[in-house]
Amino acid sequence: MSAPLSFQRLILTLHDYWSDRGCLILQPYDMEMGAGTFHPATTLRALGPDPWAAAYVQPSRRPTDGRYGENPNRLGHYYQYQVILKPSPPDLQDLYLGSLTAIGIDPLLHDIRFVEDDWESPTLGAWGLGWEVWCDGMEVTQFTYFQQLGGYDCKPVAGELTYGLERLAMYIQGVDSVYDLAFNDAGVTYGAVFLEYEKQFSAYNFEVAGTDSLSDRFRQASDEAHRCIEAKLPLPAYDQAIKASHIFNTLQARGVISVAERAAYIGRVRDLAKGACASWMEKNGWAA
Amino acid sequence: MPDFLLELRSEEIPARMQARACADLARLFTEQLTAAGLAAEAIETHATPRRLALIARGLPAETAAVSEELKGPRANAPPQALDGFLRKIGLSSDQLVERDGILFAIVDRPGRPTAALLAEAIPAIVRAFPWPKSMRWGAASASTESPRWVRPLQGIVALFGEEIVNFEIAGIASGAATVGHRFHHPGIITIGGAHDYAEKLRACHVILDATERAAIIVDGARAAAAGLTLVEDEALVAENAGLTEWPIPLLGRFDPAFLDVPAEVIQLTMRTNQKYFGCTDGDGSLAPNFICTANIEATDGGAAIVAGNERVLSARLADAKFFWEQDLKIPLEEQAAKLDQIVFHEKLGTLADKVDRVAKLATWLVEEGIVKPSPLEGEGRVRDAQKTLPAADAADPSSRPSPSGGESASLVDLTTRAVRLCKADLVTQVVGEFPELQGIIGGHLSAAQGEDPRVTAAIRDHYKPVGQGDEVPTAPVTVAVSLADKLDTLTSFFGIEEYPTGSRDPFALRRAMLGAISIILASKLRLPITSMCKDAGLDAGQAAWFLDFLDDRLKVQQREAGVRHDLIDAVSALGGEDDLVRFLARVKALQAFVETTQGRDLLAGYKRAANILKKEGYNSEGEGCEKQLSYTLEPVEAALQTALDSAEPKAQAAIEAENFEEAMAALASLRGPVDAFFENVTVNDPDPAKREARLALLARMRDAVHRMADFSKIEG
Repeated sequence: MSAPLSFQRLILTLHDYWSDRGCLILQPYDMEMGAGTFHPATTLRALGPDPWAAAYVQPSRRPTDGRYGENPNRLGHYYQYQVILKPSPPDLQDLYLGSLTAIGIDPLLHDIRFVEDDWESPTLGAWGLGWEVWCDGMEVTQFTYFQQLGGYDCKPVAGELTYGLERLAMYIQGVDSVYDLAFNDAGVTYGAVFLEYEKQFSAYNFEVAGTDSLSDRFRQASDEAHRCIEAKLPLPAYDQAIKASHIFNTLQARGVISVAERAAYIGRVRDLAKGACASWMEKNGWAA
Repeated sequence: MPDFLLELRSEEIPARMQARACADLARLFTEQLTAAGLAAEAIETHATPRRLALIARGLPAETAAVSEELKGPRANAPPQALDGFLRKIGLSSDQLVERDGILFAIVDRPGRPTAALLAEAIPAIVRAFPWPKSMRWGAASASTESPRWVRPLQGIVALFGEEIVNFEIAGIASGAATVGHRFHHPGIITIGGAHDYAEKLRACHVILDATERAAIIVDGARAAAAGLTLVEDEALVAENAGLTEWPIPLLGRFDPAFLDVPAEVIQLTMRTNQKYFGCTDGDGSLAPNFICTANIEATDGGAAIVAGNERVLSARLADAKFFWEQDLKIPLEEQAAKLDQIVFHEKLGTLADKVDRVAKLATWLVEEGIVKPSPLEGEGRVRDAQKTLPAADAADPSSRPSPSGGESASLVDLTTRAVRLCKADLVTQVVGEFPELQGIIGGHLSAAQGEDPRVTAAIRDHYKPVGQGDEVPTAPVTVAVSLADKLDTLTSFFGIEEYPTGSRDPFALRRAMLGAISIILASKLRLPITSMCKDAGLDAGQAAWFLDFLDDRLKVQQREAGVRHDLIDAVSALGGEDDLVRFLARVKALQAFVETTQGRDLLAGYKRAANILKKEGYNSEGEGCEKQLSYTLEPVEAALQTALDSAEPKAQAAIEAENFEEAMAALASLRGPVDAFFENVTVNDPDPAKREARLALLARMRDAVHRMADFSKIEG
């Protein structure tokens, strides 16, 4: 095997692989979100009958997972590689395994397994069945067949692959700390790029973020989303739902949401997301 | 007769669903055969992660021709009724026969080729298959009516003998082709029939039989453990057998420094998150090793797989160790103070409120003498507690004075202390990560901060028993805490009228009640249930619910011990029993008695008496026989009266002394006189005085028996 892929080479290889298989290569969505699934290229495009195939990197922000850069495996900001194919092709598993081979994982040397993991996103009103894919006991990908989104049955069903890029890179490069990853082939590490970022954002999310202003902004985003829905503008409405979702995550990191309130917040975000999805369906003239 | 082979190949079937799917497939297939009047000599089913298979041995090539008689309308029925019947069966009226004024049609059904039948049966089975969760996929899923399966279906093998049974499901045509192991043999293999199926798969790195895969895992894991002892875990073996088609157990290790973390945490991390087996060394303590089960025979012998798994486990254990060390720094009192931040239930306040209630109840149990200090006080437990302490914990206590008080600490003090700390681990980081370790982690932290071992044991074990078969606490401090916790949960939820209904029991009240019953019975606690309910603030209706629920759970709990539910009903019908131990003693004495010949005879005599009384509408309490009689008693009447005179006070005294066997024996003495009475006198005598007196005598006999139990509830 040649030298293991650097972090950026890993992304480029996946781009090439999925581009060759007919995917649009999109750019990250320019908003803070907890997972690549929130990108409208997944959530909204998974609705309705039109075929769709796209791949992109999405920065994922999970304020509660921040560890001030001290934990070698947990990050408050990391990257997901997201592939969405609608309808789900019959050979999706083989296509996926081909991508592992492309990034240098030999399935006769490493133990690749599909382990049951049903996916559910209460804030998106979505669920699907699939697996977490294990490579030598490590979860490297979430593999899901969407069944419902925004409360609507997926017609047809889309297949979604979410690669955890840092984990995959750590695995391929054989390093024990995410900060030791080779970002490129010229000696720049992941830590050199992102360590300071993790420190500052952990401090911000856990200690500094203004809870009152966050609560205000949650309300504003919520109001804005409703106004957009009324104006039959599902795309801007959905942006506001994404915004509300991230504000909620930050409030959670600040530890100011009680258990009872948590459910209420999730319910409100879900209503926004569902409202945007409903408006999107209507705009496109798709029946539920 | 030919064999039938079916393979439904799909993307990976969740391991936990495979055994059930095999059973369902066999059942549905048998139903289809039976409906067609067919039977196989034997049916076997198999599951691997990627296939669900069925082999039916020795199926007839054709279904038998059957002649069936269908009942039609009466011969004199209106013509519309006759027309309707003829339309339905497709015959004309001259083909009907009349018998006893009713028309019958004889319908002949010729035999059908079994293959044709199977071609219809299999798609029907797939449509009706009861997966716990199923999904749609692919282009066909543009309609929500598209076929559903547990994961996308990829191929179908259907061979009757060596012939393909032709049908199509989800756009997939049945055939003879399948694939072997995903990586070792990705190409097509052609199956000849049921006879070569398993062997062809084996040649392509697939072990069809889950039992064989399980055996390979167990044997391989034992061998890989080399000098260590495998922690046997049947469910984990089955899960790994459901995750692999070609299982290869491999031994890995982790840094022994992680062994500072409680063994339960390490084992749970390995088992739940990674599906690894643990190993123990010579003295039974956890070894810094694990066994993972790979699904390939790796080209490097598994070195890369082991290295990868070691890295994953190491990262997980590093997390766990970090949490554990954080938790060790904070005394349990300090953690307990945070319980007022956690809502137990919106109508029942916080966990701190719950702890207050449990403290009150536990103290009451001890102060009332319901839970007593025992001379053997928790000895076994104390030893256990010390044995399972990791080295790091054991080093500590000597350096700190015990906050629980010394040897002489009273049961009340120890109980109060244990209650105050028992929920504190719910705010620890380790329990946050591994909720199933609640109690266990509290026990470790309690030991580490030098609490009295009886307090530590109570914290650790107060959730027990968590199911039938789980250990039931008997150490007094643990009993007080555990029982108070469960009773509080029950009375609190009953107080807000949150009763379990049907399959809905979100607060696990059934389990709590079963646990409380087990604890009460194991330590023979004399708990006055009614006054306990009243003290807990339940109104009469809620308390009645509570008692009914108790009754119901008691039956479930006692069923396993072979105690009959009708006898429980018979005793509980008396009402007013407030003490579970006494209640059950009575039920058991009753059961011992009614299962003897004597008991059956007395029951028969009782039932006869009760039937007569009921028929005659005799309602009074059997006191008529005290009246002056206007006739001389027959000898058998006098004998029954004498027997009653003797048995009643004896039974009453024995019942008061809670000697139910003796009470039963006293009542048993009625059996002979009752039998003789029925043989020799007629109750329904023309002389109203005699009839009245005899009915009164029978009523007295019934009432005597009812001192023990309501015999009318007893079956048989």
